[in-house]
Amino acid sequence: MQNVVIKTDKLTKKFGDFTATDAITFEVYEGEIFGFLGANGAGKTTAMRMLCGLSTPTSGEATIAGFDIYKDTEKIKANIGYMSQKFSLYEDLTVIENIRFFGGVYGLSDQEIKEKSDHLIDLLGLKEESKKLVGSLPLGWKQKLAFSVAIIHDPKIVFLDEPTGGVDPVTRRQFWDLIYEASNRGITIFVTTHYMDEAEYCNRISMMVDGEMKALDTPTNLKKTYNAASMDEVFFELARGAKRQAD
Amino acid sequence: MRTLLFLLRKEFKQIFRNKSLLPMIFAMPMIQLLVMPLAADYEIKNINISIVDHDRSPYSQQLISKITASGYFVLADFGDSFDAAFQQIEEEKSDLILEIPEGFERNLVRENREKLFIAVNAINGTKASLGGAYLNQIIQNYNAEVRLDWIDPYRYNPIPQIEVASSNWFNPFMNYRFFMVPGILVFLVTMVGAYMSALNIVKEKEIGTIEQINVTPIKKYQFILGKLIPFWIIGIIIFSIGLFFVARIVYGIVPMGSIFLLYGFLAIYLVALLGVGLLISTYSDTQQQAMSVAFFIMMIFLLMSGLFTPIESMPGWAKVIAYSNPVSYFIEVMRMVVLKGSGFQDISKYFLIMIGFAAFFNTWAILKYRKTS
Amino acid sequence: MKQFFTFVRKEFYHVFRDRKTLLMLFGLPIAQILLFGFALTNEIKDSKIVVVDYANDPASREITQKLAASDQFELQSSLMSHREIEAAFRKGVVNLAVVFPANFNSDLLAQNSAQIQVIADASDPNKANTLTNYVNNILRDYQQERVNETQLPYQIQPEIRMLYNPELKGATNFVPGVMALVLVLICVLMTSISIVREKENGTMEVLLVSPFNPFLVIISKAVPYFVLSLFNLTVILLMSIFFMGLPFEGSLLLFYAESSLLIIAALSLGLLISNSTDSQQTAMLIALMGMMIPTMLFTGFMFPIENMPMPLRIISNVVPSKWYYIIVKSIMIKGLGFSAIWKETLILVGMTAFFLFVSFKKFKIRLA
Repeated sequence: MQNVVIKTDKLTKKFGDFTATDAITFEVYEGEIFGFLGANGAGKTTAMRMLCGLSTPTSGEATIAGFDIYKDTEKIKANIGYMSQKFSLYEDLTVIENIRFFGGVYGLSDQEIKEKSDHLIDLLGLKEESKKLVGSLPLGWKQKLAFSVAIIHDPKIVFLDEPTGGVDPVTRRQFWDLIYEASNRGITIFVTTHYMDEAEYCNRISMMVDGEMKALDTPTNLKKTYNAASMDEVFFELARGAKRQAD
Repeated sequence: MRTLLFLLRKEFKQIFRNKSLLPMIFAMPMIQLLVMPLAADYEIKNINISIVDHDRSPYSQQLISKITASGYFVLADFGDSFDAAFQQIEEEKSDLILEIPEGFERNLVRENREKLFIAVNAINGTKASLGGAYLNQIIQNYNAEVRLDWIDPYRYNPIPQIEVASSNWFNPFMNYRFFMVPGILVFLVTMVGAYMSALNIVKEKEIGTIEQINVTPIKKYQFILGKLIPFWIIGIIIFSIGLFFVARIVYGIVPMGSIFLLYGFLAIYLVALLGVGLLISTYSDTQQQAMSVAFFIMMIFLLMSGLFTPIESMPGWAKVIAYSNPVSYFIEVMRMVVLKGSGFQDISKYFLIMIGFAAFFNTWAILKYRKTS
Repeated sequence: MKQFFTFVRKEFYHVFRDRKTLLMLFGLPIAQILLFGFALTNEIKDSKIVVVDYANDPASREITQKLAASDQFELQSSLMSHREIEAAFRKGVVNLAVVFPANFNSDLLAQNSAQIQVIADASDPNKANTLTNYVNNILRDYQQERVNETQLPYQIQPEIRMLYNPELKGATNFVPGVMALVLVLICVLMTSISIVREKENGTMEVLLVSPFNPFLVIISKAVPYFVLSLFNLTVILLMSIFFMGLPFEGSLLLFYAESSLLIIAALSLGLLISNSTDSQQTAMLIALMGMMIPTMLFTGFMFPIENMPMPLRIISNVVPSKWYYIIVKSIMIKGLGFSAIWKETLILVGMTAFFLFVSFKKFKIRLA
């Protein structure tokens, strides 16, 4: 039996009388790449924000890395990384300054920060750009940098909210190489995406429709269950019943 | 502690990298400190007077030269038509008309009394009543001289004379700028501090970087301190430039009291003020909102601070507002220490009040700032 | 034309969606009128004074009583000695001290003259001056009473008439000033921000590529603020007539026409600022720091312009609100017609034309 790092039970979030996330229950195992799929407005981002401690659930239970989502949000934060949909590093700081800042905030020692930043800059091939303002970098590099910063403190789990939106296919490929590399180091990956080819890279995927979790299995099993040739077809099959308009 | 250092380093880099903001922070206040005290002067002088002299006698001439020599009045118009003079008032070229009737000299001597007519443009009530009073005083003095010309002073001295020896302490030359410059310096430090702190957190909200901060294990008080300290230091720098360069070199103002006392109070004041700014920031969703709210609050703070008009003269409800306003206390303390050399004993009460403000606003800001929605 | 209204409607939505900003747009004029109307005054009242009485005789007690009875003063408990005065000044608890020397009354009786010392805390010179004058007046009255004065010979009796404002209300002076301040601030600030925001968000480009005259796009952004400003103006006008008892002597039509002119001038200034910058923060700082303080200083309702040094008096001429202030006083308080204010009107028209010319010129360059 694998270790469970994320466990939710009927996790629900309501905004007024609108139920964004409706009683979702699932488990994520240590070291796996967990794909979190759904159409726009299906409730993915809301669910993810609750798991990161950015948003308090209306009802339901969840533990992240063994910590309770209500009581121990700050302990959870020391054990996770997060990369939001909207680019959220400081554009008016340089590459190296961003890395140092977030390293410091996560409590790394000067020695660790130095090693990490050398390693990261090397890995991302940003040697030339390390003293440039982040705002001047192309989107693809920004995204790779944001991911690297999100795992700078070697968290147990990293949450990625549509990390490859608006990025060209080559860069997406490189981005997934980074994800695999992190996964090999034992970091659990929790990722939302629109791209069905990316869904194939995941160990297991879940499908959100109208705030509910409609399916959860490996890509191969899902295709088998829905008798589909590709993940695209699975997605259409499940999302067809959606009532919510895409936003 | 280390986390805080990283936060501070980041904030300073961001501030000093913003090339359009820096001149606003440092140069604008200094330019204003140079201009505002020259303009913000209530002293009533140079009152424009139109004189309508129907008499054209030696007496009327004497009276007119007394008026123009007084230093308060500038002769805007001289003629013999009241309507023409009134036209001057309508066009705002003149503030006051003195009409000397025909037979002024003759009647004064023969009938022992004569009237003079004064018409004042009273739209600005303060100016009108002061202008009227000055003119009245000149006329009374002239009257006394006339009387002395005609009466033997030894025989006629019925009024017991109370001589008034008046002295003006702390500012013997009655230089209004000595009074305004310290207050205006407070005003400028307040404006810059409040706007910068009000816009800061909300800017991180607008561009989304606050999310990345909120998923880190940063403590709330660390975050607020990280925002507060840079502006605190900038506030102290602006204050120092204003005090040691502009006030001392341009206006020749040297604080009578202890510099350490001033800085001690400034340090606490800035914490309180920045707390208000950060509070506005945590309540706003966009920079435009923060700006509007900050502008609204600052306007009330500044008008109700005693900078331009005395707090003592306000009605009860307005005094309550004035005394719940941190700016009032700092302006008061500035004036006391700089001009009068007041010591810690004299202002200890204000210290306590300011510490109260600082604790109140910052606790509120820390409680209000939520990492979770 | 129908398209134009579509744009205008969109702009109204923007304005009315943001409640906090809206609150400030409407709250600002009301708060200003209340503060200027009821709280802020240059008049010195209830000033704290103290008496040091070495004489303690009938004359000194009588004068002390007169001082205590005056509205301008609030007599604090007496000090014992001269030295305590300075300490009291330093604490800021007293503004002026009146010192009676020993033998005050007997000097007055025997030599027909006596001395009083008046010591003022002149850190605020205006206040010191005014308070000393008040004391002088009270002393003069006392002397007059003491001789039980019969008619003095050769008396000049000035008769003073206060034109336009016989009760010497503060409101006649500041209401036109607040109107100018509010109109200029709101129009300049809000137009510049709302245009720059569209630039920042990139929606400006969408509007500019639409098959619609780009100048009308800009004009439609100004319409809501124009309407809002007229509304604010009306609120101020009603408050000043009903709460402050101000008269409205002149033509209402002329008043609104001239106000519209100022609003257009302010809106075009806002447009000019928005064409010179791409960031909301810079636009706000220019509009606030660069507009608010000059408008407050140079309109003439807070500080008399004629007292300022020559360079500042020259600068004051380029502030639109200064001219509007003269116009409003002329119409509202003095009841004058257009013939009295055509010069000021012409200056405002000229300024507006200049702002529009420069900003459209910049705008064209940007489009090309």
